[in-house]
Amino acid sequence: MLKARKLVVIVVEAGLVTRLARDVMAKGAKGYTVTGASGLGPRNQRAGDLEGGNAKLETVVPEAVATEVLEMLRSSYFPHYACSAWVSDVEVLRDDRY
Amino acid sequence: MDILSVAVQNLTSAPVLAFGVGLLATAIRSDLRLPEPIYQAISIYLLLGIGIKGGVALSEVSIQEVGMPILGTLLLGVTIPALAFFLLKGIRKLSQVDRGALAAHYGSTSLVTFTAAIIFYESVSVSVEGYLTTLLAILEIPGIIVGLLLATRGMKRNVPWNESLREILAGRSIFLLAGGLAIGFLTGNTGFARIDEFFVALFPGILTLFLLELGIVAGRRLSDLKTSGFGLVIFGIAFPLISGSLGVLTGQLTGLGIGGSATLGVLSASASYIAAPAAVRLALPEASPGIYLTASLGITFPFNLTLGIPIMLQISIYLESVGL
Repeated sequence: MLKARKLVVIVVEAGLVTRLARDVMAKGAKGYTVTGASGLGPRNQRAGDLEGGNAKLETVVPEAVATEVLEMLRSSYFPHYACSAWVSDVEVLRDDRY
Repeated sequence: MDILSVAVQNLTSAPVLAFGVGLLATAIRSDLRLPEPIYQAISIYLLLGIGIKGGVALSEVSIQEVGMPILGTLLLGVTIPALAFFLLKGIRKLSQVDRGALAAHYGSTSLVTFTAAIIFYESVSVSVEGYLTTLLAILEIPGIIVGLLLATRGMKRNVPWNESLREILAGRSIFLLAGGLAIGFLTGNTGFARIDEFFVALFPGILTLFLLELGIVAGRRLSDLKTSGFGLVIFGIAFPLISGSLGVLTGQLTGLGIGGSATLGVLSASASYIAAPAAVRLALPEASPGIYLTASLGITFPFNLTLGIPIMLQISIYLESVGL
């Protein structure tokens, strides 16, 4: 009954979350969830100090989309921005939504 | 009114002392922070309040009176970032992109420094033309654009101009300042009398609260000074003196009074740390926030708040006395 999907979690400086959400949708995601986040990373160097710290974007997508999202992060986000991402396996009931 | 007593009076004013307490809180690793929504609310209050007051003042002057100062301010907005970009060549380890990012910050301006200057000048009975807020709004934008242009000159890369300009224009700094100016202009003195308890009497107290938070944030930047290098510290202190003097001079030449010229000096000397970082981060990802935020927020902001504000007043008094 349950279908396999990938959960992609991306933590990025809050100023970039609008751009990131747009990019993720452009890669084929059908939706996402954004929450505020705070913590520490190896760079620890952000412009977001005054403007809300970090944001965490989560999206559940098919494996092919997850791969494309990660490729996009590798080329456009990781080199310059405080950005962290990971992928895990999840199962969903209504697979047409993800 | 000698320079020393003015400086002491500024250093012992409540907003500046609150900034010091904020720095201290970071130094002793206190977990004190203003809650994020309150920080946002206060910054909206300050922007709107400053805008409305400026708009009321603007409704009472003629185009002729503000025309020259506006023209002078536009000129400053283009000259200062170009000058910063050029002078920063003196710091060898800075890349072109980092120099452009710094130019964008120093070309733009800081609302809090401006507000602290106005409140301080009023406290020592120096009057400031109310329409200076219009100049604040005007000076915020061109510096960022010139800085971004200089940073990306000769680069084979698409600058996301749409996104960055949107960030500047639709960001709350410019939007609320412009909105406030419109409200004040339309409602005039009569309408303002109904809300001035909230926007005038409470204003210095709320600014004090805001500066406490800024002290904490700036304090966190201070630890970056070790890695940023001595050249950046020199720049962060010397450049505001140069750009500030240019601003005071422009004020005097375009017909502003002592207080107005000093305030235009403070505007020119101050560096942005809210609007510019957001725009620069989107447009120039290679530029290091460790450099531009440290310089504008960690060095120049405290310098202007403590010494820059009284120094600009003295320069203005001097220029007035030699008959400019």
